[in-house]
Amino acid sequence: MSKKILINGREYEFEENLTLIQALELTDIEVPRFCYHDKLSIAGNCRMCLVEVKGAPKPVASCHFSLSDLRPGPNGELPEVLTNTDQVHNARKGAMEFLLVNHPLDCPICDQGGECDLQDQALHYGINKSRYKENKRAVDNKNIGPLVKTTMTRCIHCTRCVRFTSEVAGTEELGAIHRGENMEITTYLEKGMSSELQGNIIDLCPVGALTSKPYEYHARPWELRKTESIDVMDGIGSNIRIDSKGSEVMRIMPRYNEEINEEWISDKTRFIWDGLKTQRIDTPYIRENGKLIAVSWDRALTLLTKLIKKTDPGRIGAIAGDMVSAEEMFLMKKLMEKIGSNKYDCRQDGSILGNQYGRSSYIFNPTIAGIENADAIVIIGSNPRMESPVLNARIRKRWLTGNLNIYVVGQEHDLTYDYTFIGDSPKSINLKNIPLNGSKNIIWLLGDDVFLRDDGMDILSQVIDCAEKTGAIRDDWNGVAVLHKYASRVAGLDLDFLPQDEKHTAQKMASSSEIELLFLLDADEIDAKNKHTVYIGSHGDRGATNADIVLPGACYTEKNGLYMNTEGRLQETNRAVFPPGDARDNWKIIVEISKRVKKSLNYTNFEDVRAGLRKEYPIFTNINHIESDTFQCLDQLSDQKQKLNGDAFSNTITDYYLTNSIARSSKVMGECSMQKNSIEIKNG
Amino acid sequence: MTENKKNNNNFSFTKENLLLAERELKKYPKGREGSAIISILWIAQRQNKGWLSSDIIDYIAKFLDLPQIRVMEIATFYTMFNLNPVGAHHFQICGTTPCMLSGSEKLKSLLYEEIGEQSSVSKDNLSWVEVECLGACCNAPVIQINDDYYEDLAVTDLKNIIDDLRNKKEIKPGSYKDRLSSAPDNKNIQILTEDEIEEIAKNRTKPGLEAKNA
Repeated sequence: MSKKILINGREYEFEENLTLIQALELTDIEVPRFCYHDKLSIAGNCRMCLVEVKGAPKPVASCHFSLSDLRPGPNGELPEVLTNTDQVHNARKGAMEFLLVNHPLDCPICDQGGECDLQDQALHYGINKSRYKENKRAVDNKNIGPLVKTTMTRCIHCTRCVRFTSEVAGTEELGAIHRGENMEITTYLEKGMSSELQGNIIDLCPVGALTSKPYEYHARPWELRKTESIDVMDGIGSNIRIDSKGSEVMRIMPRYNEEINEEWISDKTRFIWDGLKTQRIDTPYIRENGKLIAVSWDRALTLLTKLIKKTDPGRIGAIAGDMVSAEEMFLMKKLMEKIGSNKYDCRQDGSILGNQYGRSSYIFNPTIAGIENADAIVIIGSNPRMESPVLNARIRKRWLTGNLNIYVVGQEHDLTYDYTFIGDSPKSINLKNIPLNGSKNIIWLLGDDVFLRDDGMDILSQVIDCAEKTGAIRDDWNGVAVLHKYASRVAGLDLDFLPQDEKHTAQKMASSSEIELLFLLDADEIDAKNKHTVYIGSHGDRGATNADIVLPGACYTEKNGLYMNTEGRLQETNRAVFPPGDARDNWKIIVEISKRVKKSLNYTNFEDVRAGLRKEYPIFTNINHIESDTFQCLDQLSDQKQKLNGDAFSNTITDYYLTNSIARSSKVMGECSMQKNSIEIKNG
Repeated sequence: MTENKKNNNNFSFTKENLLLAERELKKYPKGREGSAIISILWIAQRQNKGWLSSDIIDYIAKFLDLPQIRVMEIATFYTMFNLNPVGAHHFQICGTTPCMLSGSEKLKSLLYEEIGEQSSVSKDNLSWVEVECLGACCNAPVIQINDDYYEDLAVTDLKNIIDDLRNKKEIKPGSYKDRLSSAPDNKNIQILTEDEIEEIAKNRTKPGLEAKNA
């Protein structure tokens, strides 16, 4: 039902189920607010969004006044809302005066200064003098973990943080204790928070009560250069904004994208930035007498050229890591082909998921936003809360609206929503066990870890079989969803960065002596034995410590690159800062190697590389687009014979905070991991 | 005051209180058992000699399947729940305007002399706290001791009450002036005959006029 109303004398028509503040937003009229947030429930306790409604005795809070409650005038006139009258201005001024009664005047030492809602709105609605003669209240700061710093005296009790933790994060840890003037926001007995999304309360806090602990006193917002980019910590590619100052990344903030991360990012995404500065490889190294010594680029590359020329091309292999861009994999593949080897793999974790059954067999077909249309979700061998907290929040969001049945096959975890546990082994994936009657839009969510099993493809085939029988594969809905943990995996599969036969998968190449020279392109999770290894990457982690030649590369904040997220959506990172020291862009390193070995890849600049990639793989053309696929290949797969074994599913993420080389270099992530482990020990 | 004290004993409901608590739970639909939280906390507080320890909060959070912080929010919001130990006789003295005007300040200083600081338990197991309006303003000043109201208190009355409690004597709840609940003092009561009532009714003019004449 739509409804006509007058706003400041102009006539508009809106859907009746909107609240006044939403309608005003649609007309681009700015309404000040502190407690209202469009992704959270309505509290209505800050009283900043007051507007005048003709006929109402008092100003009304527009955030919780529904359009359907507006009444026409006595002679049938249109209901009228006024936002620019003196009454409105005075009402807001009054609300602001009360908010400022107990708010300290410590803006000069407050990290929120410059991006503070209270500061900004006080500019318009504040009074330059205080009429309050009494002492301001003071509140003890709370220690709620290593990520969020609290200065509770600054709190204006909007309760956004409380609503976020209980609604979006689903951990119900924050609460408001005591009442009235004595109200305090805290966790129960000041326990540390355990949510993987807790960093978002920093963004939500309209004042400086909750600020980032690692970023404490580092920079002012107006000093920061803001670069829009994407995150590579997990498979969904959350949209982020990298704030940098000089040559350093100072912090990472979320960027709004309704399709992927709404406006949340996980803690690993947000607080990883100190890992970008520590343990960096800033100069080439070669191994001499068992020790890595720093050398010039020329010397390292000369040695590498000799090694490549000395080695039989068939005995050279390459493994791409979990955070490399599509261009880098494309170049690496080209280089290997020019050298004369076809042994490369992008699945260092040993996954057997290939691309032989088409794109829809390895992407998150229903899309992340599509979760909101689902009416049943079957989670198989996955712990989405660890593998992708933001996607898990989306499932919770859908679950909160009701009528969603969630079933879990695999390990039982606290997923922040209720589910029915079906069984722990693939044998339980059976329509007899899972009551899906009447569900139309079913999501069959498969974790990455499923494909670490020998019977991974059989499980996929069984799932596709079930999905077809339940009508979850239709023209308008494809419910088979693979949740990737790694940012580069889907691009790798799209690029066919895969071995030709099963003998040359990443793990077999690493352990067999057939391969004599192995390129590790940012691959840290694999141990190569009995061979020369060349590590091209950014951090001195496992890959670099065992390598014979280390070539310093760039991190995801230091390069432009294309990434496919788990949905198969193309996104790009943008360079925020330059790589440290002598480190170079990975694409330059690979092109340089190709020139040295006289198998030159003819790319002079990055645009050429990207154009070359797009020419061969047009799928990498449209940013923010998901290439659709036909389902025929899926049909082939479901006809495969199914040999499911009875082993229980296991999840490989044991520590959410330490899943990649950047995270392991980060002090903050280390602290989080320690806190989490101590909580687990306490709880037995 | 954000941290409540720990009780050394592990708390659990006694058989009778468990029955009471389950009766409260039944008042709410399935899945909404959390709504019974105030009654359940109250039952627990009575069992634990008038205060709630953090053990009890944990126990009740589990009992009602609520997050601990939600229970904590309720327990700290309502002043009827004490988060620190109280004496066997807990005095809640009203300090709001009518009681203050009728002399609650003097009673307070007496309590301070006799028992000590607010919210502390004396050696003889008494404690006191100032509260907001107890809703018996016509009997000001009022003190609630455990479950009963003691009204129209003079300083000597309160002194006697404290002495009686110390000597383990019974104390009399209700008004300490010579009157029944909030009726006028006994000495001022004038009992009219039926004729007199009729006479008054006859002489009474319209309400507005009456005020003017007076």
